[in-house]
Amino acid sequence: MITVSSLVKNFGKNRVLKNIDLKIEAGKVTAIVGPNGSGKTTLIKTILGLVRPTDGIIEVDGKIVKDDYLYRNKIGYMPQIARYPENLTGNEIITLIKSIRNSDEFSDREILTSLKLEPEMEKPFKNLSGGTKQKISALIAFAFNAKIIILDEPTAGLDPISSSYFKDLVIRQKEQKKTIILTSHLMNEVQELADEIVFLLEGEIKFKGSVQSLLEDKKETKLERAIAELMSQSNSDKGVSHSGLSGI
Amino acid sequence: MKLVKKILLYEIHNTIRSKWVILYTFFFFLVGYGLFTFSGDVNKAYISLMNIIIIVIPLVSIIFGSIYFYNSREFIEMMLSQPIDRKSLFIGIFLGTAIPLSAGFALGFSIPFILFGKVTEQIDGFILLLLIGVLLTFIFIALSFLISVKQDDKSKGLGLAILIWLVLAVVYDGFVLLIIYNFQDYPLENAMIILSALNPIDLGRILFLMKFDIAALMGYTGAVFQRFFGSSLGVIISVICLLVWIIVPFYLSSRFFKKKDF
Repeated sequence: MITVSSLVKNFGKNRVLKNIDLKIEAGKVTAIVGPNGSGKTTLIKTILGLVRPTDGIIEVDGKIVKDDYLYRNKIGYMPQIARYPENLTGNEIITLIKSIRNSDEFSDREILTSLKLEPEMEKPFKNLSGGTKQKISALIAFAFNAKIIILDEPTAGLDPISSSYFKDLVIRQKEQKKTIILTSHLMNEVQELADEIVFLLEGEIKFKGSVQSLLEDKKETKLERAIAELMSQSNSDKGVSHSGLSGI
Repeated sequence: MKLVKKILLYEIHNTIRSKWVILYTFFFFLVGYGLFTFSGDVNKAYISLMNIIIIVIPLVSIIFGSIYFYNSREFIEMMLSQPIDRKSLFIGIFLGTAIPLSAGFALGFSIPFILFGKVTEQIDGFILLLLIGVLLTFIFIALSFLISVKQDDKSKGLGLAILIWLVLAVVYDGFVLLIIYNFQDYPLENAMIILSALNPIDLGRILFLMKFDIAALMGYTGAVFQRFFGSSLGVIISVICLLVWIIVPFYLSSRFFKKKDF
């Protein structure tokens, strides 16, 4: 489980995260959604240790992760933009990461085949397309069998076939009780994959609960419409919206 | 240390495959080869090489280092999401950039000397120039990393890098001349030694020139320089100053890197 307590992050005078309290449950897919600039990427980067919190505590499996880095052995991360040393190959990057991670678990065969990556792995990154680099990021995120998987806009840049396979991969990981956190602007994707949804607006959690409870609360069948309604309600009220079933 | 070694090896692999490092190596080879072909006098070749080294190495190092760091940002982000501490990653990236560039210079610089059989003619000059080139590479890579860690905007960072090179390579000497002109009635020799020590490019140049008795042409100041920089203590202090020019920017940039948001 990941617990975020009183998390604050300022970038200069700009307060991007405002006292976030959040428990991300183990074994579920939690989608963090919100408009651009709401703090989604900052939140997940704080969990990863890429961004230093101004205040607050982050715990992973009960351990505070302030200056620690070994806890990242439990995490697989797929960034929004995939960029690697241009003269190295995919295989070299995989070998590097394998040597860094204290893990004997590495299973890439199925992912390599399904994402059609095998012929690309010996080419230098400068010769690969953006979509292929994104697929290699997905490989790195999933192949180490990490307990926690964090995906930042995962299907951006993937072709429809790869995107479909990727979603199947997420569902299979969920069946294995992995904890998955994803950010996405694609509400149909969130509706398909997520169990829990966290809606961020201007650095605050405006909604946390199950996807189903949000749909019922807003009397919508499409998550996109429910979120749009939540956003316009939040903009007009500037208040907090709680789910009837599981609030913040 | 193990993590540093792992990152370092991969960074070196990445850097040495860069066409710019290959061109850089070839540039020094071409310059050395051309000088020996058309000149034949090893002393003149050394002086010419020194003048090229103290201008080109700082410029290429500071720009290459800056561009490399900015272009590596997303890769650094990806690596920091792995179980690796920031210090090891930073050291690995720094050495992985500085070592190949120094090696490129060393190789390109040395081959003409070997081909023309000139290494043993002035072996201490050869070693000194090689050392100065390598130290200047590390100094300006360290400065480039300091700029790139602190300044997120790539164009501002590159602009600052070029400005620093310009100040140290060109403007600083003008500043020294200004002081000499305005305070010419005062004994400035010790002040000149201190001012020279504050600029790694000047330090490298003076250290090397002392080997060639050019000091005799510089009057009393030259004699003072020769007395200080030509002595063993002077050489040791100069090398320490050059090392400080590496250590301080490196230390500062690693501290900033440790706290930086990616």
